Amino acid sequence: MSTVRVLVGTRKGAFILTSDGTRKRWNISGPLFAGWEIYHLNASPADPNRLYASQSSGWFGQQIQRSNDGGQTWEPMGNQFSYDGVIGTHQWYDGTPRPWEFKRVWHLEPSLTDPDTVYAGVEDAALFRSHDGGQTWQELPALRSVKGQLWQPGAGGMCLHTIVLDPSHAERIFIAISAAGVFRTDDAGKTWRPMNRGLKSPYELPDPDAEVGHCVHRIAIHRSRPNVLFMQKHWDVMRSDDGGESWHEVSGNLPTDFGFPIAVHAHEPETIYVVPIKSDSEHFPPDGKLRVYRSRTGGHEWEALTQGLPQRDCYVNVLRDAMAVDALDTCGVYFGTTGGQVYASADAGDSWTPIVRDLPAVVSVEVETLP
Amino acid sequence: MIRVILPTHLRTLAHVDGEVELHLEGPVTQRSVLDALEARYPMLRGTIRDPTTQRRRAFVRFFACQEDLSHEPPDAPLPEAVALGTEPLLVVGAMAGG
Repeated sequence: MSTVRVLVGTRKGAFILTSDGTRKRWNISGPLFAGWEIYHLNASPADPNRLYASQSSGWFGQQIQRSNDGGQTWEPMGNQFSYDGVIGTHQWYDGTPRPWEFKRVWHLEPSLTDPDTVYAGVEDAALFRSHDGGQTWQELPALRSVKGQLWQPGAGGMCLHTIVLDPSHAERIFIAISAAGVFRTDDAGKTWRPMNRGLKSPYELPDPDAEVGHCVHRIAIHRSRPNVLFMQKHWDVMRSDDGGESWHEVSGNLPTDFGFPIAVHAHEPETIYVVPIKSDSEHFPPDGKLRVYRSRTGGHEWEALTQGLPQRDCYVNVLRDAMAVDALDTCGVYFGTTGGQVYASADAGDSWTPIVRDLPAVVSVEVETLP
Repeated sequence: MIRVILPTHLRTLAHVDGEVELHLEGPVTQRSVLDALEARYPMLRGTIRDPTTQRRRAFVRFFACQEDLSHEPPDAPLPEAVALGTEPLLVVGAMAGG
């Protein structure tokens, strides 16, 4: 029977939650790296036992950890992330120039085909790549040359938080930055283009046609249809049907279109999930009701999924990297909250159960489906 | 023989229990001790001082012989008791966060 492994990063360590394919009984292991912030754990699609973790601390800086045995043992890898060439400046919150300064790794995305190749999205925003399993890191510097002087930090910092590798086009990568927007390379990072046409940010940017500067919170694709992208922006849920060349809004009947994560069903490319949050100044669910919203039509029409989720007095947030799906026949959906709960649905969102209730604030959730 | 006491998180990271003992040739300074420490435990590179500038990380301090040596020049000799191994050099995570 299949096994599901849920990789959870929290403010104070990492946890690995495992279950068989019924997803009814869970084993909780951890905390790993206790006391450290774990922004992200992720697994190599080419070798499911090869895991990478981003471990950081305000005291002791950044570490990258690697496991070759599914998370049972870990070894520190290289932690030197040096920007390539002239450092340059981006915008600070008040619009003044500020030099790039490395702070932490937000997101690790292993190659689809090579366990030793892994990408790292960092704050201040840049993309790094390792070809030796995380021992050494090299920046892909052309990205920051795409109007990098106009990028600015979102409330969480100026982070490169999303890396989407196109399974049908080996050299195409999408990345997203708060607050710069979406960028795409078609030549493995040698050149990049901003892909933000159609995004509207009237309260954040004075230029209605700004090419960069948009606060994109998360993008997602379905592997079978990588030209269709879904986006949770600061405000607005967006969709692109042309590989990011243009975007249109699909927020439809959502109670609020602010939020952080967005995920796509493993087998239904038009079924997507978001967690609406009240506003940019009140980062909790509207009316104290934790509701996942599902659209089976690729947006516009949304239904609230509430069964098993708290429907009163709930004021947690769900962060951008904290939602994922498994690949079992009935798709499982998972998300973690800043209140330390990890919820799972074994029926594509119809009903939910907390796997664990009292972890530190959850920053990231990834899921592996193992044979 | 130089004795170094690391904070808990760095002992865990370096897979060590208790004190670290280092053998140094030449002057015993913050820089020479940290060079020897990082050579023996490469995973500690970047955790105590910036790997490029070599500056002490902002939330790390150095204590020895009941003195705060954090702001001493990196090439200044450490106290004789540290050089002789009768007192340890303490690498301390600064008090922060409540």
